[in-house]
Amino acid sequence: MNGGGGSRHILRIIVRASITLLMVAVLNFILFRVIPGDPASLLLGGARVSVTAEQIEAQNQRWGLDRPLFPDQAVDYLSATLRGDFGYSFKFRGRHVADLIAERLPDTIVLVGVAQIMAIVIGVMLGIYAGWRRGGAGDRIATGASLALYSTPAFWLGMILVVIFSTALGWLPGYGAYSPGLITGSLGSFLDYLQHLTLPATAVALGLIGQYVVVARAAMSDVLTEDYMVTARAKGLTNGQMLMRHAFRNAMLPVVTLITLNIGYVVAGAITVEAVFAWPGIGGLTVEALNARDYPVLQGIFLLLGVSIVLANLVADLAYSLLDPRVRQ
Amino acid sequence: MTSSSQDKTPLLEIDRLSVDYGLKGVSLRAIDGVSFALRAGEAVGLVGESGSGKTTTAMAIAGLLSPNARVSGGQVRYRGNRLPIDDDAAMRPHRWSETSVVFQGAMNALNPVHRIIKQIAEPCMLKLGMSRGEATKRGSELLQLVGIPADRGSAYPHELSGGMRQRVMIAMALACRPSIIIGDEPTTALDVITQAQILNLLGDLRSQLSLALILITHDLSVVAKCCDRVMIMYAGRIVEDGTVAEIFAQPKHPYTRQLIESIPNPASGKKMIRPIPGDPPNLVNRPSGCAFHPRCPSVMGGCATEVPSLNKFGRGRVACHLHRSLTQEDKVAVHA
Repeated sequence: MNGGGGSRHILRIIVRASITLLMVAVLNFILFRVIPGDPASLLLGGARVSVTAEQIEAQNQRWGLDRPLFPDQAVDYLSATLRGDFGYSFKFRGRHVADLIAERLPDTIVLVGVAQIMAIVIGVMLGIYAGWRRGGAGDRIATGASLALYSTPAFWLGMILVVIFSTALGWLPGYGAYSPGLITGSLGSFLDYLQHLTLPATAVALGLIGQYVVVARAAMSDVLTEDYMVTARAKGLTNGQMLMRHAFRNAMLPVVTLITLNIGYVVAGAITVEAVFAWPGIGGLTVEALNARDYPVLQGIFLLLGVSIVLANLVADLAYSLLDPRVRQ
Repeated sequence: MTSSSQDKTPLLEIDRLSVDYGLKGVSLRAIDGVSFALRAGEAVGLVGESGSGKTTTAMAIAGLLSPNARVSGGQVRYRGNRLPIDDDAAMRPHRWSETSVVFQGAMNALNPVHRIIKQIAEPCMLKLGMSRGEATKRGSELLQLVGIPADRGSAYPHELSGGMRQRVMIAMALACRPSIIIGDEPTTALDVITQAQILNLLGDLRSQLSLALILITHDLSVVAKCCDRVMIMYAGRIVEDGTVAEIFAQPKHPYTRQLIESIPNPASGKKMIRPIPGDPPNLVNRPSGCAFHPRCPSVMGGCATEVPSLNKFGRGRVACHLHRSLTQEDKVAVHA
């Protein structure tokens, strides 16, 4: 009875996610057809060069832009997307969008992934502590500090970190991901990479900690007012046992939702922080593509972002039903 | 360890207990000099409306006062020893092993994310030092004792009906073999049939396991069903204390009488219940003298100025000027 309801629940979640993914692809197609700018003239060098109508016509014919948007072009786009063909970049002539993204993706995943882990561990611990001791001095300091960090732009924190630890103290590099001249794959290059990673990851993490503290604290203080916490106290449990056995898992429910939703943004990169540190990730690629009006690349990045957020939602739903038996039916 | 020594010392003595709550700088006296004794195996009902102090009295006995509560006078003795009821950590060994509480399990008193067997077994492991296997076995036995098939132990609270959850709550309260069980409105939010089943179960278990029971309720009919003695509370004080039979047949305090008259009784043929006129007392601005005097139909001189003490009257106790004068006349009669 339990298992049947559970698997039907999971199936429903997966079907819903698939429909959302299709919507993402369709919207992505429409979005880039309604924004101003004519692909043919962009391909021919932008508005600065004068081109003949014949040249434009030839380009349109070559790329199938003379055919109706719907259904021909839309079907072309969807089937190409399903095959993993995201088209060619305008800026990096002749290069596949998929290759460009694949090149940048690992560095972004490392940067934002490490930052998320730092923020989750520190933020959730601080938030649980603040909620447990709500109203106390520790709570006020933790909540105040995290709200201050929450409202500070991460790129500004990044600049401050560069000024202190890179420019003034000279402890850590503040630019790029690699030092030139090191053999890739060696231990030395790995340590060098970690050194380059420290400041940008810290900047991104500091920007993220606030929301974890706020959500974990609110969840914890809600849980503490629940009747089952009085029951736990009446059972003669110590404060530690009450916290670990009864409060923690209930307080984790909203936090897990936040964590999984944030995982969706790991691939999007941290646009401003990557720009400050010249980090070679997706965020940097987005800025370059925007500046060059490189629509195919942007379209690819948007699709990647949409897909990863839908998948993160899927994971959030599944994780939630593992933690909370009430949503399993 | 003879039974006679146990008979002399009551299981639980509440001695002139007063508890205040601090609310935004204002101190509010929730219970004021409450005294009573509970013998082993006895069932006592604490009855009163909201704010009468019945829950505060019970929570003080269980050592579960909230952090803003302060014991401002008196003490609670368990088997002759004073309980550290205002020391959260020092009360821990006492909790559940000696006094357990049946909360309103129909509501949210069970943890929604744990299986019920785990919640019942938890105190067995933590307080009695049982292994997980032993504790689970004991949990299954307890479930059967309260009339739930042992294989339902893997259910989560939301998968059970209100009555079943209340049974789980009772099974949980029995886990560490306590001598006192406090029922905190255990049948509120249940339909009448389930209510009767739960009360019968509590009564059966009490005689079977010779438990003392303190039942907190605003419902006199619940007390009539399963208590030996009733204490009526009003504005933080006990106003009447007597056996169930006495109180229902011959209520002495005007408040008790009105409480009984406000119970709907279809058998009597009366169509209307008679509500008690006036408002419940304001504890911040407690009425002077007897707190019930603004609502009392038998109010007389002295009621507004002098607090009536809780005096012995027959086999019970009553705090009312009406009856103090009577007892004095009785004494005069005896002396003459």
